[in-house]
Parts: sequence; C-alpha cells; structure tokens
Amino acid sequence: AQGAAMPFGNTHNQLKMKYTPEQEFPDLSKHNNHMAKVLTPELYERLRSKQTPSGFTLDDIIQTGVDNPGHPFVMTVGCVAGDEETYDVFKDLLDPVIQDRHGGYKPTDKHKTDLNADHLKGGDDLDPNYVLSCRVRTGRSIRGFCLPPHCSRGERRAVEKLSTEALASLSGDLKGKYYALKNMTEAEQQQLIDDHFLFDKPVSPLLLASGMARDWPDARGIWHNDNKTFLVWVNEEDHLRVISMQKGGNMKEVFSRFCDGLTKIETLFKERGHVFMWNEHLGYVLTCPSNLGTGLRGGVHVKLPNMSKHAKFEDILKKLKLQKRGTGGVDTAAVGGIFDISNADRLGFSEVELVQMVVDGVKLLIEMEKKLEKGQPIDDLIPAAK
Amino acid sequence: MASSFSRVLSSKRNIGILSLVGGSVTAGFLLHREHVSAGAAVRRRYPASAEYPDLRKHNNCMASHLTPAIYSKLCDKATPNGYMLDQAIQTGVDNPGHPFIKTVGMVAGDEESYEVFADLLDPVIKERHNGYDPTTMKHPTDLDSSKIQSGHFDERYVLSSRVRTGRSIRGLSLPPACTRAERREVERVVVDALAGLKGDLSGRYYSLTQMTEKEQQQLIDDHFLFDKPVSPLLTCAGMARDWPDARGIWHNNEKTFLIWINEEDHTRVISMERGGNMRRVFERFCRGLKEVERLIQERGWEFMWNERLGYILTCPSNLGTGLRAGVHVKLPLLSKDARFSKILDNLRLQKRGTGGVDTAAVGGVFDISNLDRLGHSEVQLVQTVIDGVNYLIECEKRLERGQDIKVPPPLKQFK
Repeated sequence: AQGAAMPFGNTHNQLKMKYTPEQEFPDLSKHNNHMAKVLTPELYERLRSKQTPSGFTLDDIIQTGVDNPGHPFVMTVGCVAGDEETYDVFKDLLDPVIQDRHGGYKPTDKHKTDLNADHLKGGDDLDPNYVLSCRVRTGRSIRGFCLPPHCSRGERRAVEKLSTEALASLSGDLKGKYYALKNMTEAEQQQLIDDHFLFDKPVSPLLLASGMARDWPDARGIWHNDNKTFLVWVNEEDHLRVISMQKGGNMKEVFSRFCDGLTKIETLFKERGHVFMWNEHLGYVLTCPSNLGTGLRGGVHVKLPNMSKHAKFEDILKKLKLQKRGTGGVDTAAVGGIFDISNADRLGFSEVELVQMVVDGVKLLIEMEKKLEKGQPIDDLIPAAK
Repeated sequence: MASSFSRVLSSKRNIGILSLVGGSVTAGFLLHREHVSAGAAVRRRYPASAEYPDLRKHNNCMASHLTPAIYSKLCDKATPNGYMLDQAIQTGVDNPGHPFIKTVGMVAGDEESYEVFADLLDPVIKERHNGYDPTTMKHPTDLDSSKIQSGHFDERYVLSSRVRTGRSIRGLSLPPACTRAERREVERVVVDALAGLKGDLSGRYYSLTQMTEKEQQQLIDDHFLFDKPVSPLLTCAGMARDWPDARGIWHNNEKTFLIWINEEDHTRVISMERGGNMRRVFERFCRGLKEVERLIQERGWEFMWNERLGYILTCPSNLGTGLRAGVHVKLPLLSKDARFSKILDNLRLQKRGTGGVDTAAVGGVFDISNLDRLGHSEVQLVQTVIDGVNYLIECEKRLERGQDIKVPPPLKQFK
C-alpha cells in the first residue's frame, strides 16, 4: 500500500524505493554496535519497504547507529524505536539485537513483571558507613503515542498534559509539583540543579542523532514530590522516567516507594483511559532496546576504595550481574573511590529479582571491602557465576 | 474546526488510506491496531494549533514570519519528494538564535521546497536579502570575469584572496533531506565531471571515507579539510546524517581550485590563492564553474537555477549567487576606529575572523567579504568587494600617516 508522506522522519521512504537496496545500504564497515552486527544487506532489503502504522521506517530506526559507529570497547545498541509497533514490524532486526544485548533472550521468551516490594528480602539495612545513597529508576511509555525519536510537538505536548494531570492527583508522601523546562524561573532552576534533579538537553550524539532532542525544551519537564524522594522526568529519552531515591542505605524503602508510586501512577492513567506500553514478551516498551523489560536500574553510591583496586573487581561484578559507573552516571568516572553500582540486566528478570541482586551483591561487596581494609584475603567470598 | 481528515486528504499527494484521530488533545481517542488495515498510516493527529512551535523566545527569520495562519496552511503540504514544513523549520525551532545575530532558521530539502513553502520562504528571503522580493524581482547571473575593473590589491595589506559559491544538482534532494543513495549519486556525478578538468584545473578527489592518514594531514595543512559539522544550526537540519558517507574534497594540483562535496550543499566551489590578485582568483572561479557545468551537462545533468532565485542552495541565505568573495587583510588601525563598522556597512561588506564565520580576528587581520548574495550578479558583488577593500586600505594608509578618514556614502540597495 502507498504510505503517506512522513511528517516526522528525516528520511522519505517512498523516495528511497527508487534506488536499489545496494545503493541505499549504509556503510557499516567501521561500525561496532548491535545494529551493525545484525543488519546485513539481505535484511536491509527485506525490511526497507516497511513502515509502522505511524510511518516509522528502518532508516529512522538505524540512523543513530549509522551516525555513531561506536567504540571498540563499549557496544552501543545503535537503534531506537519510534513507536510500540516498531518492535513488531521490524522484529527481524530487533529480535536479534535484543537477544545479543540481553544475554540470549529469545523471541519466544516471556518476561516477568513483579512490582510487589514485599517480595524483596532484606535491603533495609545496607551499611550507611559505605552506602551513601540508594536509587531505583525505570521508564514508562504511554500506549498510542509515538516515542521521542518520532513524536510530533502535538503528541509530545499531549504526553506532558496527560502526565502532569495524573501526577497532580498524587497525595500523601507522593504529593508534589511539576516544573516545565520552558517556564521555570532561575531560582527554580538553581534549586533543581542543587538537588541533582535537573536534566539537560541531551548532548550525546547517540541521542541527538535519533531525533529525540527536537523542539527542546518544548513539553519537557520535571515533577518531584515535596520530600524530594520521588521524581519523574517527562519527555527526555522516554515519555516518562520514574526515579525513587534517598540518602543512606535503605534500599527497601526506596524500592517500596518506587513500586507504590508506579502502581499509583498507572492507576491514575487508567482512570483517564490510558495504559502503559507493555507486553508479555518484552515487558515495558521503551525507546531504546536496552531498556526493555523492567527498564529498571537499581543502584547505590558506595565507597569501595580497596575493592575497586582489586584485580578481580570487574570479574566479581560480572558474576554478581552488576555494573559500575562513576557517580555522575553513565560515562563518568568514579571520584574518591565512590562507585555507582547497579544491576546490569533489564529484561528476563523481574523488578524484584533485579533489586534483590543489587541488595545481595552490594552486601557482599561491602563485606569484601571490610576484609581488604583489615588486610585479609577475600578469595573465599568470591561467588561462583550466577 | 475543519476536520483534520478532509484537510489532509485534499492537500497531500500520494496518500493511501489515512486514518486520522482528530479531536482535542484531552479527548484522547485511540484506534486499536486490530482495526487498522496493514500498510495504512495511523497517527494521532492534532490540529495545526496543537502542533505550532513555541517561538516566543526565538529570534530568527523563520520565527519572524511563521504565523499560526501560515503554519496551518503549509503544515500538511509535501514536496514531490515528501519533504514537509516541520522538517524545513526544525533547525529554527531547535536553535532560538542570539539576540544580536539573526539566523535564517530554516532550510530547503529540495528545489521544490522554495515553491511549496513559498508563503514562508518568500518573506524570509525578502528579510534576509535586504528587501529582494522574489515574487516580483529577477536575479541577474553574470560570470563574465572580463568585466572586472582593477582587482589586484596592495599585497602589503592583503594576504590572500578567495571566492566561493555553491551549486546543487537538479533532480537530487538537498543535504537536509537526501537519502544515502542520492548523496552517493551526487558524489558520483560531480567526481565524474571533475575528472574531465584539464590544464591548471586538473586535479584529484579525496573521499572522506577512504583518505589515508597522510592525505588527511596534508589536507589539514593546506586548510582544505572540512570536518563533520558541529554547529547545531546544521546538525539539527539533518545534513550531517550518515557522515562521512559520500563526502569528499576535490582540488586541482596547484591547490587554487577546490570543491567540497556533500557538506552543507551538494557542492561548494572555491577559488583561492595567496596574495592580492582577486582578479585572477575570480577569472579562475568563473572559468572553473563554467567548465564543470559543461561537463555535467554532457552527462545529462544541470545545476538548480531559476530566474527568481538564481542558484538554489540549501540555506536561503545563499540563494542568488551563493557567492562570498573575500580577502584576509591587515587593518590594525582602521579596525580600532569607531567608524569601522559603519564604513563596512555602507560599503556592503562584512568582517569575520580569519577562521571564517564565528571566529575572532587575530593580529588585526580580518576576513572582509560581501554582505549580499541575491539580487546582484557575481560580477557586481566581486566589484563591490574590490572597490570596498581598496577603500579600506586607503583608510588604513591615511590613519598610518595620521590623516583623518571619511565614512563613504552608503551603496544603493533595492527600491
């Protein structure tokens, strides 16, 4: 069927069809990302005439991966979704990407969602002499709206309006306020920066090349509760990013508030006739394939000056299914021996399972740190691979 | 409110079944996938008023002229290649501009953009090009370099001379919109033609994807190499997609004639040399351009050009001649004189630092070039630069001798 002219992409599907697949196939010879590993000329030929119902095409999906060849040591995903249907219409590309990125997750696998914080064992007493803060984040997309790489200004504004209306109904510990990026005062802006809440216009070419920064700062904003422990980003890399955080070592409380807040928000959306994008196979659907499933990153800022210098540090983290980052988040360096330690997985494990890994893993790392402080060996503590 | 459905059907070309969800933002209608036939486009559509960009903090030509009424009229229109208004204005929406510098704020995705979006582009062009009215005026093209008078500057002041323009290949989309295959086709057509240049113009092509480290260093040392654009004005318009695929640099063996392929335009053509012989630089410029045009015509191609707008390029600021003729010139005394800006203004000249646009002058050396692009011919603009720079040098000499200088009367503009 003839497609409509696409208003929001930077490519024109019908125009491309005048050329052969060989003439259009991107040069991926210097590339090292998941998309480049999977996209053969044959696959490109098979998929290039397709589009999702909203008009998102293969070239839209892969543009970020074409423009950003990647790094020899860090494997980026190299593709994004423009809407929920992207994951279905282009499964021949995205299933292998997902499989590669998410530890062998198969197209037939089912993902378990568990947001019952009572199922978490322990986690309320991580040693505050080591753990400075706890944080859990995820994302949510509103079904029926295109995702940030593809949405129009009207859609993005509609997402903002729906979200702020829902959030305005939260009460008690979750009662809070919305700060639209384009309306905030200098004083509000400074406060949000001091609270480490403010997000900036993306500068990473990985994000910019996918089109998600268009029309900045229109319809972008930050909502947070009065206690500053529950925070929602609107229209950054996803429709919503939901964050629960607090100082100290009580991950259980952070996770309880996380689950409670998410569940309440979901109910408020349902009351207004909207649901989150979710399915049995992929769990919660988000812009980047790396965030499918739970979209959950649960982590701590923890002092591990001795552990981090241990030769087996990386190996231990891998066995615990954890990853380290600097305290500025992804792509930053650790300062003063303080690391951001979080779950490495997103898909194929439930929210409870992932936060349990963080709680158990961090406990063990602290035990090891204490031993190293006393000059004792830690070999008997090193776990077998999970 | 008129139904979005009927408005789209009447104004778009090449549409299949297009199911629309209209209504207000808060109503939130939703079509389930099962109800939509395969291949049909479903989009949560909003009225133009819900899509209209927020331009309250903006200061660029697009923002000055894009009224809600014009947006509403144009937002569902597409060029034959499928390029639409939101894409054309994206760079201006994303880059509000600077209180003191007024950027254009929009680009063309193809030749037809200038027709399909004329309701917005014509007033933008008129503002940017000092009153040139594309609806009533004609642009003169004149590449006869023999008409130039004088044109050999005092080389104690002028360090180098340069003339640049751009050319687009008719029938292929422009850098903001082109597909990879189109971009590669531009490269093929142009490189093929350039291989036919002879004599002092014979040269070689260096593809960005294939150049060796050594070639790259040489091109940097010659100040020929262009980088992937970093300016958000350009990247937001989509012209850096797929970098460095099908991008490259061609130059003649004498390193005085240079062509950039698939940077901000299909081609940028540059003639340059050290010293003050602007006359020879322009002669080579005209000769080279005509020769390239002849070579692509032999192969069945032509440049985008029309009577109304002259040579068609990506940015409306480069329409007409697309020509910037300039010199690097030492004006340490004049540049400190309070009347410097006014003198330049009246001579229809602009100053830049020696790194080009958006750089600072170093050691009293300035890049001085013509302000205008459209409504004056190439010969007229180069003559303006020659006469103007001669005047500036005279001023500098007078100041050296302790004599006073005069601000010249302003050059005539359009009625």
